Amino acid sequence: MDVTTLAEVTGNIGTVGYGLAAVGPGIGLGILIGKTIEGMARQPEVAGQLRTTMFIGIAFVEVLALLGLVAGFIVPA
Amino acid sequence: MLLAAEGDGEFHAPTIADFFPPAILFEGTPFEFNRIMLVRVIMAAVLLLVFCLAARRATLVPGRFQNGVEMVLDFVRNSIATEVLGQENGRKYFKLLATIFCTVLVMNIAAVIPFLNIAGTSVIGLPIVLAAWTYVMYLGAGVKAHGVGGFLKNSLLPPGVPKALYILLVPIEALQVFVLRPATLVIRLLANMVAGHLMLAICFAATSFFLFDASGAMKLFGAGTFVAGAAFFFFEIFVAALQAYVFAILTAVYLNMSVEAEH
Repeated sequence: MDVTTLAEVTGNIGTVGYGLAAVGPGIGLGILIGKTIEGMARQPEVAGQLRTTMFIGIAFVEVLALLGLVAGFIVPA
Repeated sequence: MLLAAEGDGEFHAPTIADFFPPAILFEGTPFEFNRIMLVRVIMAAVLLLVFCLAARRATLVPGRFQNGVEMVLDFVRNSIATEVLGQENGRKYFKLLATIFCTVLVMNIAAVIPFLNIAGTSVIGLPIVLAAWTYVMYLGAGVKAHGVGGFLKNSLLPPGVPKALYILLVPIEALQVFVLRPATLVIRLLANMVAGHLMLAICFAATSFFLFDASGAMKLFGAGTFVAGAAFFFFEIFVAALQAYVFAILTAVYLNMSVEAEH
């Protein structure tokens, strides 16, 4: 039986992997920062505390996207 | 960084090899010394020099230079130490947090200094050392505050959960406390600096390629990549400061989780 190749990828598939890895954290950062801004607008007096908590949250979300980036380098093409 | 774009008419994308330059001293020994280590030594010397000068000529009414240094330390004390740890513990761990913040900031900022061009934190050694320090400190602080058993109970058995769920929760929490926290500290800092360097290098390598080697209207793309490179330059400065802040604040958060009493 002949194998039919419908689509062929050349180059490093890691680039596609990074694209996928960026989707989730992108949505996450949007929600996270948006909600923080909402909270700051409602209660400007706790803005400092909200900002600190936001950055802690960002740090956790961001590491997911960065793992996607690093994985492309760790696993050779 | 621009070495990657030496003109032989072809485009050279930066690779991961940028971070493993050839040794310049003691080649073949465990003390191999390369360009990135030289950058680290230079930046560490700069950091020491700045603080020594500021401390030696410290006056009650600070001059402009002393004011700048005090602003950084003030920021660490107010926005990181006291904000997360509270008055008493914030004071106690201020030295740790200030050292981590300043070291990470200075090593990161080397990424945008001309001729240095690479961050001291963009090879895994330095992030590992800093994260290991944080790791030892927060485990030590927890054990000191609650004893070994108390610390394990505090961090592995979250209260208010049905007993049966502990079969699931304890391994996850253990992984979190003993592996993921230090590992993510290392990876976050490292990957940010690696990504930043690659972005800068690719923008300027492309600029050089388009301006000198491309033909005709393709040269116009050079302007675009140059503007992108300049934008990333300023973004890198922001990222350098942000990563220092994030590293220090996570250290404070982990310390706080270890020492705070059970709720």
